[in-house]
Amino acid sequence: MTERSSGKVTTMRDAVADLVRDGDTVAIEGFTHLICFAAGHEIIRQRRRDLTLCRLTPDVVYDQMVGAGVAAKLVFSWLGNPGVGSLHAIRRRVERADPAPLELEEYSHFGMVCRYTAGASRLPFFPLRSYSESDLPVANPRIVPIDSPYGDGSVYAVPPLNPDVAIVHAQRADARGDAQIWGLLGCQKEAAFAADRVIVVCEEVVDEEVIRRDPNRTVIPGLIVDAVVEEPKGCHPSYAQGYYDRDNRFYLDWDGIARDADRLDAWLDEWVRSLESHAEYVEKVGAERWARLAPGEAWSDPVNYGKYS
Amino acid sequence: MNSPAPKVASGYTTTEMMIVASARQLAGERVCFVGVGPPNIACNLARRTVAPELELVYESGVFGAVPARLPLSIGDPTLVTGAASVTSMFELFACYLQGGLIDVGFLGASQIDRYGNINTTVIGSYRSPKVRLPGSGGACEIALNAGKVFVIMPQSRRSFVESIDFRTSPGHLAGARHSDWPGSGPAVVVTGLGVYRFEDTTGEMYLAAVHPGVTVEEARENTGWDLTVSPELETTPAPTTEELRLIREELDPEGAYTR
Repeated sequence: MTERSSGKVTTMRDAVADLVRDGDTVAIEGFTHLICFAAGHEIIRQRRRDLTLCRLTPDVVYDQMVGAGVAAKLVFSWLGNPGVGSLHAIRRRVERADPAPLELEEYSHFGMVCRYTAGASRLPFFPLRSYSESDLPVANPRIVPIDSPYGDGSVYAVPPLNPDVAIVHAQRADARGDAQIWGLLGCQKEAAFAADRVIVVCEEVVDEEVIRRDPNRTVIPGLIVDAVVEEPKGCHPSYAQGYYDRDNRFYLDWDGIARDADRLDAWLDEWVRSLESHAEYVEKVGAERWARLAPGEAWSDPVNYGKYS
Repeated sequence: MNSPAPKVASGYTTTEMMIVASARQLAGERVCFVGVGPPNIACNLARRTVAPELELVYESGVFGAVPARLPLSIGDPTLVTGAASVTSMFELFACYLQGGLIDVGFLGASQIDRYGNINTTVIGSYRSPKVRLPGSGGACEIALNAGKVFVIMPQSRRSFVESIDFRTSPGHLAGARHSDWPGSGPAVVVTGLGVYRFEDTTGEMYLAAVHPGVTVEEARENTGWDLTVSPELETTPAPTTEELRLIREELDPEGAYTR
């Protein structure tokens, strides 16, 4: 057992209770990989309201949160169930205001990444070569054409995105919050640096020495982290590279569940609201399913950082 | 096998024909930005047939992927293991795509017009849509920055339309692209009925080839504008047994996208 000397290490329940407030702008980032469903579920359990949810791909996690009524607005760039089809709870709100309207603020992937980058580096905007002759700037007037100050053409600007809270999942972190990720990196780093408050969730809390032996792998420094939560298998049905596979079966099943508002609500009752914690969810998923999601091994070779003393 | 297999297969699905026709378009290409679903199978098929040097790039941050199984999503862990490089999304979009390293970008489309302008955002009006579609993802930046764009999509009067409801990804606009755009735009559209290309001078799509068993009339009936047909119209060669074997046994053994 790791020694937990720092005051940052806490439970998901306490982290959400302390750091996620009604009306907050929240980013649970992770591109397909390392999407922290455990945090989304805890936010549902604690009945947060009027959140603005930011993600490039709202994914099933935000379909669940929108279906549970925690969100008033989405900021996003691709609104689908990856590889499957639609996010039906979100579509009901957008197409039929059922049961209530949902405000949308829409960008492209690179636009969203640039927004976090501007937010993280405290810039007033970020320029990119997208959107020319697209209707996206018409739909979203916050995407604005600007002339290069050096007289060589025009580009588009997107505004900074500074979430109140960023929640990122890592394979491992130390008690200070230094978080290491491998596999798809998405834009968790930019989202975390842009946010006022940061919750790092991880598969394992490890000794600081483990982190320090491989500093290139640290994506988020403890300096910007407010809470560290150890939540094994906290990403299911998303995945953690090297720990468990993406549960594609669940993503396919979600299509049927979310098409029907009553069925979705019953699912939330059974799998979220009636459970005390993510540990209970992991137990309920069952050993057989976890065995099916266990990957084989593919180790990298160690590198020599050198000793200079 | 002792007896020589027939080179051309007889039984195949429309999607298999579409994937095979798309894969063949990649002959000689080097760096390809891959989309999920049929484009993903087409690119992996091309790597095993006409384009062994093809580098697969995924917007999730992967360069030089060698997927050992069919990824359901573009963020599948099989894309990471064995890849040449895994980067942040900022680096992927900024240095690889906007940096001009992508030869071909694959796009899908819910609606396309005769100039290859693409809608993946809404059917109906933006503020009160009849159908809310996924939106851009990386499509808008691919449409502008990839060297050229290949489109794979199902064809009907609902998808091949006179006027798209929302321009997510610009093609040849009303006939010509802006001269300062890095990429040259849509080059090929592959549907279940045939292969379409674009006139250099007018930027307009024309029917270049029909798939076996498809008539020009069918292509016209499934197009929402007065379709131009190439005077040198070809018929797409049917899938070979080897192409079908690769799809069915290696790339999509469960038939998730092809059956």
